[in-house]
Amino acid sequence: MFFEDIPIGATLELGEHIFTEEDMLRFARAYDPQDFHLSHEKAAQTHFGQLCASGWHTASVWMRKMVDTQARLANEAVARGERPARIGPAPGFENLVWKRPVYAGDTIRFTSTVMSKRESRSRPQWGLLTQHNEGFNQHGELVYAFDATIFVERRDAGKD
Amino acid sequence: MAAEKDKPRHTRPVEWWYEDFEPGRTGRSAPEDSYLLTREELIAYAAEFDPQPMHLDEAAASRSMLGGLAASGWHGCAILMRMLHDNLIGKAPGQGAPGCDKVEWLVPLRPGDAFSFHWKVLDRRVMNSRPDRGMVRFELQLRDQHGTVKVNCVQPIMILLREPDDV
Repeated sequence: MFFEDIPIGATLELGEHIFTEEDMLRFARAYDPQDFHLSHEKAAQTHFGQLCASGWHTASVWMRKMVDTQARLANEAVARGERPARIGPAPGFENLVWKRPVYAGDTIRFTSTVMSKRESRSRPQWGLLTQHNEGFNQHGELVYAFDATIFVERRDAGKD
Repeated sequence: MAAEKDKPRHTRPVEWWYEDFEPGRTGRSAPEDSYLLTREELIAYAAEFDPQPMHLDEAAASRSMLGGLAASGWHGCAILMRMLHDNLIGKAPGQGAPGCDKVEWLVPLRPGDAFSFHWKVLDRRVMNSRPDRGMVRFELQLRDQHGTVKVNCVQPIMILLREPDDV
């Protein structure tokens, strides 16, 4: 969807992901080898009590679910004979919280809700969209959240 | 809490405890410990977690806002975490982080970049709920071989006290 067409308050469902122990360990060995991400034995001695996913693994999977969802929406636009809006890079994010641990075998459902939007002054063909993003486990508990601002193409690109 | 104290509080050799992270204190990775981002690793991460053309394909990337092949910002966070572990938290009894106040992706991460890791203590407090640990808020940075700050992050991290008050 183009910048102009995106309603504030709309929640995009990004789908679910099962965090397998194998994936969690592979990520932890490469990027986050803290005891509570590396082995059951070591994790049992920490306040987590059991093996849990690196918070950056959870964050990385959110991104994958977002990319897949955007690709699906773009394909649907093409199928309707429309040109899909381009999505630009994000300059960063804020207020990231790992509210609860993600344990091996957990299924996390990810969402993205549009909080506000504004036109970019420096790049008139783009608008800036602020999203509140969340992840929930199979018990419906919030495990992950953050706020991000991304560039989305404007329909009336550079007409002013 | 006597029983608590008999348990091993941390299983690795500790260089720094909470008390050592005075506000304003800074540190960095040793020059020989820089993190080389290969094209292979950049693409492997993107293929698994952020398969957008600007992170996968040179030609598509050159047409994008990033102006050439660049790593996923989340890959930058993962590398920052690894350098945080190897240069700081692995040497201190880190107990995890509740989140991250902010991350700024200032300049695209390119294949061939060699990152150094820089940290600074912003502020800290002993936790009321768990007096054997404190929350230390750090500014963490990845800089490239030219000294350019590429990723800037503010993150609170829980660290054990060397000598917690008896509770």
